[in-house]
Amino acid sequence: MSAILSVDHVGVRFGGLVAIADLHLDVAQGEILSLIGPNGAGKTTAFNVMTGFLKPSQGDVRFRGTSLTGLSPHAIARLGLARTFQRTSVFPDDTVFDNVMIGLHGQGAQMARAPLLAALIGRAGAGERQLRARAEALLDWVGLGARAQEKAGALAYGEQRLVGVALALATEPAMLLLDEPVSGMNASETRVFVRLIRQIRERGITILLVEHDMPMVMEVSDRIVVLNYGRLIAEGPPEAIRSDPAVIEAYLGQGSAARRAAAEAQATREAAHA
Amino acid sequence: MRRLLPLALLASLLVLPLLLQANPYLLNALIITGILTIGAMSLNLLLGFTGQLSLGHIAFFGIGAYVSALTSLGFDVEIGFGHRIVHEPWPPAAGFLLAILAAGACGYLIGRLSFRVRGAYFVIVTISFAEVVRLVALNWVELTQGPLALTGIPAMSVGVPGLGNWTLRTKLQNYYLVLAVGTLCYLLVARLVGSRFGRAMRGLKENESLALSVGINATRTLTIAAVISAAMAGAAGSLYAHYLRIIDPDVFAFSTTVSMVIMVVAGGKGTLMGPVIGGLIFGLLPVALRPVMAPEAQWIVYGIVLIVILFVMPRGIVPGLSALLARRRPAPAPLLKPSPAVQR
Repeated sequence: MSAILSVDHVGVRFGGLVAIADLHLDVAQGEILSLIGPNGAGKTTAFNVMTGFLKPSQGDVRFRGTSLTGLSPHAIARLGLARTFQRTSVFPDDTVFDNVMIGLHGQGAQMARAPLLAALIGRAGAGERQLRARAEALLDWVGLGARAQEKAGALAYGEQRLVGVALALATEPAMLLLDEPVSGMNASETRVFVRLIRQIRERGITILLVEHDMPMVMEVSDRIVVLNYGRLIAEGPPEAIRSDPAVIEAYLGQGSAARRAAAEAQATREAAHA
Repeated sequence: MRRLLPLALLASLLVLPLLLQANPYLLNALIITGILTIGAMSLNLLLGFTGQLSLGHIAFFGIGAYVSALTSLGFDVEIGFGHRIVHEPWPPAAGFLLAILAAGACGYLIGRLSFRVRGAYFVIVTISFAEVVRLVALNWVELTQGPLALTGIPAMSVGVPGLGNWTLRTKLQNYYLVLAVGTLCYLLVARLVGSRFGRAMRGLKENESLALSVGINATRTLTIAAVISAAMAGAAGSLYAHYLRIIDPDVFAFSTTVSMVIMVVAGGKGTLMGPVIGGLIFGLLPVALRPVMAPEAQWIVYGIVLIVILFVMPRGIVPGLSALLARRRPAPAPLLKPSPAVQR
């Protein structure tokens, strides 16, 4: 298996704050890889680096052999690396159908040599019809066909997530980054979404998932990477991660009195030594 | 219904002069209003569809006016080091085209300069640009005559090869010229916002990060919008110059930009008909008020009308009224039928 995406010793610092210390990971072609970790572990930051929304302080990201350093988000999207967003996943004032039409932006470019001129002189008809057909097909595929004419901003949270996925798929990606796609979904919506993720993979799209819903992550992932404090602390198949002591420590020990007590004890010990 | 309204408006504007029996005062008001409405439509492309506020929009209008006037008047200026540029008068139609090109080129420069940093920076850059251009027009006396004004600008003439050449001297002819250009501009904006490019603009306005993530190039999209917007404003400026046949640096007055912003915002930014309705109301309101009250009172009423409109319909007249109509007749949304996407 070859790596479709390689994160090569990436570090991100905001002033003195280290969001990602030194992240090194490969995503294999065709796998479903999950990136988990407690809040503030650097998962979303890692996403933002991979998709060009953040410039890393060090290191490089390579996608299908191309270095993404210095590329803008829209250029990365056109290389075939798509993403969804945690909170705002739709264009709220447009209908669901028009959302997907906006998502098909990059596809329209290939249809006409001078798309703007074509639009002005009214020659875009055939291309537009093709795009509309694709938008309809895509909406049916993710299960939003019945919602096509509703304002995206008025949809339920879970459905807005689906719109976000449809938008990302509209760019015809080779790899899809999903940022907490099932947060705010109920159990049955989550089940449907898991099926959708598998179907997306069957289309040959590699998936990198950030998610807090552990049962869902365990069920859907081929492999899991665990981050804590901007560092990779564990990596492996779901069964191995479930029983990894470092992971249990990171989740259960996080933010608790136990860690503060341990830190204080450490400080006391150091003071005693000095 | 939504398609009918613009057509009905166009039809009534076509027959309006017959009802007015060529009253020159009213025709003049209609022509100036029409020219400003074209300006408002061009501003709407930026303010309404991309969300960028250009408070120096009058610069493109004024550049169009001066370029068109100078092209048709000719000039002879010293540009330093003993070189001179001498330009023989060209027909006004050439001036009209050059006005569009020159204003569009300025729109490109402003767009490239300022869309890397947006929002307040764009507002400031556009205001400064308008002021700089006004100062150039005021002080480059050899070219522009400065405050003495460019006079004797020829009336617009339209030539069709093989058929002849018409010079549009009367108010009635100018009225129909402005109506024709305005209609073209309306159709252009309608085509544009309904196209792939229009979707890119809406995407950027509604959720920029998401728009970038689906491959929309923000700088390129906004720059193209600025170029088209500026070019349309330049066309309006050219019409203005060849109609009044005299222009001075006052064409760069900040208050005209404010009028255009009022027309767009009160009419409904981001809608096709908004700037047209807003333009007609706020362009003709002073004319309607003049016979019935003192000049001071007119502007107070103007302000009150604006405040009432924005208080009752905060998003503007066109979105306000269409929301009202939609509430009265809840039409069942057809499933999967391609929507026109844009409110008319």
